[in-house]
Amino acid sequence: MSDSQAVVPTAAHEDIHRPALLHHFATEEQQRDASNLGMWIFLATEVMFFGGLFCAYLIYRHWYFGDFGAASKSINALLGGVNTAVLICSSLTVVLAIWAAQTARRGMMLAMLALTMLFGLVFLGIKGVEYRDKFDENHVPGASFSFEKVPIPSHPDQYANPQHAQIFFALYFIMTGLHALHMVVGLGIFTWLFWMAWKGRFTPEYYTPLEIGGLYWHFVDIVWIYLFPLLYLIDRHP
Amino acid sequence: MFDNFPLWPQRASSMAGNVDALFIFLVILSGMMTLLIFVSLVYFAARYRHRKGVLAEQIEGSTPLELTWTIIPFGVFMVIFAWGAVVYFQQRTPPRDATEVYVVGKQWMWKLEHAEGQREINSLHVPVGRDVKLIMTSQDVIHSFFVPDFRIKQDVVPGRYTVTWFRATKAGTYHLFCTQYCGTQHSGMIGSIVVMEPAQYEAWMSGGSTGPLSASGEKMFAELGCATCHRSDSQGRGPNLQGMFGKTVLLEDGRLVTADENYIRESILDPGAKVVRGFKPVMPTFQGLVSEEQLNALVAYVKSLTPPSAPGGRNTAMSSPDSTSGQGSQVQ
Amino acid sequence: MATATVPAVEREDYLNKEYGIASWLLTTDHKRIALLYLISITFFFFIGGFFALLIRLELLTPAGDLVQADTYNKLFTQHGQVMVFFFLIPSIPAVLGNFLIPLMVGAKDLAFPRINLLSWYLYIIAGMMMVHCMLTGGVDTGWTFYTPFSTAFSNTKVIEAGLAIFVAGFSSILTGLNFVVTIHRMRAPGLTWSRLPLFVWAHYATSIIQILGTPVIAITLVLVVAERALHLGIFDPKLGGDPLLFQHLFWFYSHPAVYIMILPSMGVVTEIIPCFSRKRVFGYIFVALSSIAIAVFGFLVWAHHMFVAGISVYAALVFSILSYAVAVPSAVKVFNWTATLYKGSIHYSAPMLYAFGFVGLFTIGGLTGLFLSALGVDMHVHDTYFVIAHFHYIMVGGALMGYLGGMHFWWPKISGRLYPEAWARLAALIVFIGFNLTFFPQFILGYVGMPRRYYQYPPEYQVLNVLSTAGATVLAVGYLLPMIYFLWSMRYGKPAPDNPWRAAGLEWMVQSPPTTFNFAEQPVVTWEAYNYDEIDKGYKEEPQLVG
Repeated sequence: MSDSQAVVPTAAHEDIHRPALLHHFATEEQQRDASNLGMWIFLATEVMFFGGLFCAYLIYRHWYFGDFGAASKSINALLGGVNTAVLICSSLTVVLAIWAAQTARRGMMLAMLALTMLFGLVFLGIKGVEYRDKFDENHVPGASFSFEKVPIPSHPDQYANPQHAQIFFALYFIMTGLHALHMVVGLGIFTWLFWMAWKGRFTPEYYTPLEIGGLYWHFVDIVWIYLFPLLYLIDRHP
Repeated sequence: MFDNFPLWPQRASSMAGNVDALFIFLVILSGMMTLLIFVSLVYFAARYRHRKGVLAEQIEGSTPLELTWTIIPFGVFMVIFAWGAVVYFQQRTPPRDATEVYVVGKQWMWKLEHAEGQREINSLHVPVGRDVKLIMTSQDVIHSFFVPDFRIKQDVVPGRYTVTWFRATKAGTYHLFCTQYCGTQHSGMIGSIVVMEPAQYEAWMSGGSTGPLSASGEKMFAELGCATCHRSDSQGRGPNLQGMFGKTVLLEDGRLVTADENYIRESILDPGAKVVRGFKPVMPTFQGLVSEEQLNALVAYVKSLTPPSAPGGRNTAMSSPDSTSGQGSQVQ
Repeated sequence: MATATVPAVEREDYLNKEYGIASWLLTTDHKRIALLYLISITFFFFIGGFFALLIRLELLTPAGDLVQADTYNKLFTQHGQVMVFFFLIPSIPAVLGNFLIPLMVGAKDLAFPRINLLSWYLYIIAGMMMVHCMLTGGVDTGWTFYTPFSTAFSNTKVIEAGLAIFVAGFSSILTGLNFVVTIHRMRAPGLTWSRLPLFVWAHYATSIIQILGTPVIAITLVLVVAERALHLGIFDPKLGGDPLLFQHLFWFYSHPAVYIMILPSMGVVTEIIPCFSRKRVFGYIFVALSSIAIAVFGFLVWAHHMFVAGISVYAALVFSILSYAVAVPSAVKVFNWTATLYKGSIHYSAPMLYAFGFVGLFTIGGLTGLFLSALGVDMHVHDTYFVIAHFHYIMVGGALMGYLGGMHFWWPKISGRLYPEAWARLAALIVFIGFNLTFFPQFILGYVGMPRRYYQYPPEYQVLNVLSTAGATVLAVGYLLPMIYFLWSMRYGKPAPDNPWRAAGLEWMVQSPPTTFNFAEQPVVTWEAYNYDEIDKGYKEEPQLVG
């Protein structure tokens, strides 16, 4: 972690050549470092935010393993897997967009940003299909919830406890719902980044918003990479 | 102390003195520390009050001093910790063969049932010198069973049993408070623990009850059809419950658990959670079909199927209460 | 300077640079944002204080005769929520931290000025939600929201209150984020970590807790709201859930939260004591590291709120021993503050009186924490007035006194005016006396067995309750006085010199009040912190500190 920067003894506004430098920063390097550190810290708060849910989930999964296995089996691992691939690809396109900015490839940068958003929309679409399936099967927690006579995968002679299954689904919807909300926000951020890129704001010298937007997107991707096996792949056998 | 201005709770249980001893030690220790800091502050403030021409002396620090006043307090703290832990172990370890009383807390009253069958509301009669173990649960929200003069407190949680115990050492009537906020009448959820001399207690006991708790549990066991599967031989579809209380049970998935009150309760309400090895998961759930009091009766019955293991045996059963004469504060 | 009028030529500063409501509501100047916070948190302090007064009035008599039971339950709930989330947690960081940290590190502003303003708006939105909640029925779950009462039994506006606190949490997170980035990236050249004022270290430690802890209560509240709205079973045993899971999640934040409330105050005191002793802090590095230690260890002790909740004996042992570990750095600080006075040149100005009060009362409050960490004793005093006394000694005798001390200390810098010293000393004394009278009897009340959150009680507890209420009225007077004379001073106070206390620190090297961009030239720091020997050198006679 570098210490403070070299002296820049001026308060005058020399924006002509450095329009992106905000006046309270001494140098562009300081500004970029501050933005990066800020985003990393924000991601740390997001880890703690999701962390509470993961904690609750892990505890109940430990206590109600069989019931959670039964509930997990009823969500579509194929769709979940496809979504995982979609998100991983979208993280690739984000990286490529940044590389394109670094190497002044405007066309590619715009294309990669658009592709990222497309992948994000595909993800949300598939998620919507999954949610609708759960709604149709009465697996949405609440008054119409029903999970009768569903066998536990590793002990097929035993039926899952519907109350415990409801807890699984409650956590499933809250965790994936919160994740989806973050995706939506991410789409909003990338829309804005696309617009900035379109306007030519990014140069090989200045692409910090892309970097920190990219960090956010990668984080949302990583959360999904944890969610997928934990939620979809309990007690699955080929 | 003053009757209407108490500065100290009464000492009415065997643990009270232990708790008080640690507390007094802490009061003395804290008093000394407080005095030390206050006196230093006042002394330095006066002695080093600013004077014309006298400058402050810049002192960077002193690592030996820092280490001293880090390590010594830490050492003292460890002593306090250890002492507190010892007292806590005693508080949380009910003696074997303690008389059992089942407690159900609900908004906003305490329902108590002696193992011998007497039921009470907001009061508990016990004899001096008897170990009493409270097996408690809540019907709704979290409550907390607090008897200041005994120095006992335990949260009463819905969905499970929690346990506390005491041995009253002085006859008298003592406050019982609910001390976990539980809604509108939280401060009205109070009662009394009535500690009586043994002879008086015998007299009170003989005044009417519906029979021992385990007897009503036995009745329920038959009525609910438990006996169909839980036979006292090895032919039943459910495990034989004779002699199983307190033992370690091997479950179907390989886990080992202790068959305590919470295990029995869970087995009735969520039988699929812990299936005993060698048995099929066919037991139906009784969630919603039994009240907390009925659960307590069933638990008491299942426990009674295990003979007491300590050489001294269980505390001798009281003479069977005569249900023809009603008495005072019991509630049928 | 003895004139009572404003100098003929008014210097431009951050207050008079622009006028008009828009220039305040759309400002990105950290100093103006600090004042916006000052007004807002003072407003909430009055609300919380008003509830406290009603509580103490009800408790004058054993019967519940002033308000109904449900009303009383709402009073103590909302007193707690308002004081914790809308007063104590923001107070020093959002007012003094916001104002001073850029100045102290030699920067023109915080790293993210617009996020700073957003943080205030989030606080205001949360506050409005909370006020609306209170006006349309209120909430009665206790500030601790224990389940299943809050999720399945309470008939009050739990969801709205939970969401209000959720939003307030984000305000807190953004403040912490801003501070950490500022402290890491925007220190002036030469300002190494070991030259930073300890106020900055304290806020750094606080910010770590805000960043890592607050999201956990945010998600916990989301779960409570979801459970209540949709009848899920995450915390409800009737639906397979576990009420103790809520307690673990809740306290995982709410214990570190108390360090959010006290660390900044410790930072304030560590600035005041060296200044009014005219010497550097004793053991700088130990004080700095103890702040970090408190932040780290503070995350490891949460279940000491649950010793009688039904956790296992072994878990209780672990959390008890860790709770003793976290007490050590606080003790170290108290010793270092005391040692700083040794061979100093001590002035009894109002800020110093508050600092003395802090050290004394925090010592008592902290020592009673040792009682609560002792498992055997906690079983008796948990959920009684003993706990209430303990945390009020720290929150009010500690944090609030530190806040007031800091407000007095930096008032000349913030407002460009001097407050009336005699009144300030009187107020400090009234606060000290009123505070002890209010809360010391509560230690006794707790040990004799009076439970928390009771609005009626056995008659033998009345005398102690009356003493406590009497103290509360005195305390209220002590708090009203500064409100009055600070306001008075904005118009009629003597104009302040740039450095009335001859204090060390970059903030004192700029004018009072500072300009909008703080420094005309970025300073280069070549001196150690608390260089009072250099500052006082060359003064043949005792410095004429104001007061």
